[in-house]
Amino acid sequence: MEIAFAFVIGALTTSGVYLLLRARTFPVVMGLTLLSYGVNLFLFSTGRLATGQQPIIGSTETYTDPLPQALVLTAIVIGFAMTAFVVVLSLRSLADHDDDHVDGRQAPPGEPVSENRGGQNQ
Amino acid sequence: MNPWLTAPILLPLFGGITQIFMGYAPVNLRRTLGLITTVLLVCASAVLVMMADDGSYRAYAFGNWQPPFGIVLVLDRLAALMVLLTSVLALFCHIYSLGGADGENRQFHALFLFQLMGLNIAFLTGDLFNLFVAFEVLLIASYGLLLHGGGTVRTVPGLHYVVLNLIGSSIFLISVGMIYSVTGTLNMADLAVKIPRVSAEQLPLVKAGGMMLLVVFGLKAAILPLCFWLPRAYAAATAPVAALFAVMTKVGIYAILRVYTLIFGDTAGELANLGMDWIFPLALITLAMGVIGAIGAANLKTLIAWQVIISVGTLLAAISLGTEAGISAALFYLLHTTWVVGGLFLLADLVARQRGSASDGIVTAPRMHNRTLLSVLFLFGAVAAVGLPPLSGFFAKLLILMAAEPGARMAWLWSVVLIGGFLTLVAYSRAGSIVFWRNTEGHIERHGTLTRSVTFSTGALISAGVILVILAGPISRYTDATAAQLLDPEQYTEILETQMVGEGN
Repeated sequence: MEIAFAFVIGALTTSGVYLLLRARTFPVVMGLTLLSYGVNLFLFSTGRLATGQQPIIGSTETYTDPLPQALVLTAIVIGFAMTAFVVVLSLRSLADHDDDHVDGRQAPPGEPVSENRGGQNQ
Repeated sequence: MNPWLTAPILLPLFGGITQIFMGYAPVNLRRTLGLITTVLLVCASAVLVMMADDGSYRAYAFGNWQPPFGIVLVLDRLAALMVLLTSVLALFCHIYSLGGADGENRQFHALFLFQLMGLNIAFLTGDLFNLFVAFEVLLIASYGLLLHGGGTVRTVPGLHYVVLNLIGSSIFLISVGMIYSVTGTLNMADLAVKIPRVSAEQLPLVKAGGMMLLVVFGLKAAILPLCFWLPRAYAAATAPVAALFAVMTKVGIYAILRVYTLIFGDTAGELANLGMDWIFPLALITLAMGVIGAIGAANLKTLIAWQVIISVGTLLAAISLGTEAGISAALFYLLHTTWVVGGLFLLADLVARQRGSASDGIVTAPRMHNRTLLSVLFLFGAVAAVGLPPLSGFFAKLLILMAAEPGARMAWLWSVVLIGGFLTLVAYSRAGSIVFWRNTEGHIERHGTLTRSVTFSTGALISAGVILVILAGPISRYTDATAAQLLDPEQYTEILETQMVGEGN
């Protein structure tokens, strides 16, 4: 079970990181989501993987660690809210620039980007 | 158990909740209630500083769970100092926002107060996972504040800021998971006890976790490879928000100071002073890059945003010296730089309001209406920020330079800080002389007037440069004691034996 679990986390994280490095907001949001899935699974496994056991001390011989479950629950809630926010923000960026490039509108070759006014890289 | 520790968290929480339900109430009522909350917060944090000044640790355990099983708030000198620093800065930013900046969004006051709540949780918590939650609370409020006022200028820097911080949160969770999987605890005091006992085969896992934490805190603090988001985001934010954000990078520095003196401090056995060798060179390169950015800045807000990066570099260089004198000097510099840079952000907005379409660009423009007042304020702010005598920046930098012990580090620190200081002076002189002296004839017809609230709050923050010098004696005594307390983590672990309510009687 450990091997399969590790592969799932690895696959999710790899695809998440790959998508994060794309230049369009939609893949970036997908990447963030996949990365947070990977992280949640990883957090879940920090209390060691166990099946069919209770998270309560004293009721049975062995027990599973309840704390990672609480941590994962918190991380899921926060991650969900953040994803919702970043989706809205990407839509706003799309509406503002008529383009879903992460830097706003892509500059045509040879012309400076108009929103770069506040930037330092001119 | 000391319930007063919850005051800096509960005050903005209740204040913020009240604001949410009052989105359509008269604006004066919302402003009054918001301001009352911030004033109360300053009073509460002043009381906490006085409480912490006796040098003992105070803890509050949520739900009366004996630590390390529940979440604890811990008050020591450092936490109290950070809470006071934040609330004083917040008070003046809040007063400034009454000058009209709060009108662009109904929920400005709520977001502002929730941001303060997140900051105060981060400073007071004694639990690593709770620190993550605090970061998320302050970040989601800061996303709202950063985009506050809208406009296409803010969407792209805002998007970058949000995505970067979400990646940072993922890395934070991974490192927390790694540390938990070995030690079975996330309470900072308990971690300080358990880290030295980690077996040799599990050591690399904790080490990796610790280094990843450093990456996360480095992202918050904007150390060099992770700081490129900062100037654009800060320069695009509205003035009171940018000024409040002056304390946001300091959260990362606080976290580095706390975690790497307590958990990975001198007593951590194999993992003692983890990552500190990396921080010193990175801090100096950050400082150098901040200076280069400041020289190349095209407008005042960008210039001051680069000043934030310069101060981050200076602070971390002093902290990574690892000595009591270094940390004490860094804390003094921290107070100075947060308030003065906050004041400069406000000032840049006042300048921009009076220059029409030239805004805060470092270009020739018609003369400002209140040029004398603004230029004097800029002179004070710039002198303090650059570190010329007689203002606070000079004393703070002097303390940092004196903290270095003779050796290769001293040579690097002295040369980078002094040459950097000189080049920053060039940057500020260039900006000031173009903005205030090189004017064209005539006035802008429609300019923003200075109301009492904006002038008062800007002046108050910039005058921190003078006040810190007058009170330098008591303040440096306090920071000396704070540094001594930080480097003696044995006492911190005593909060594990805190008496719960209803026990022992």
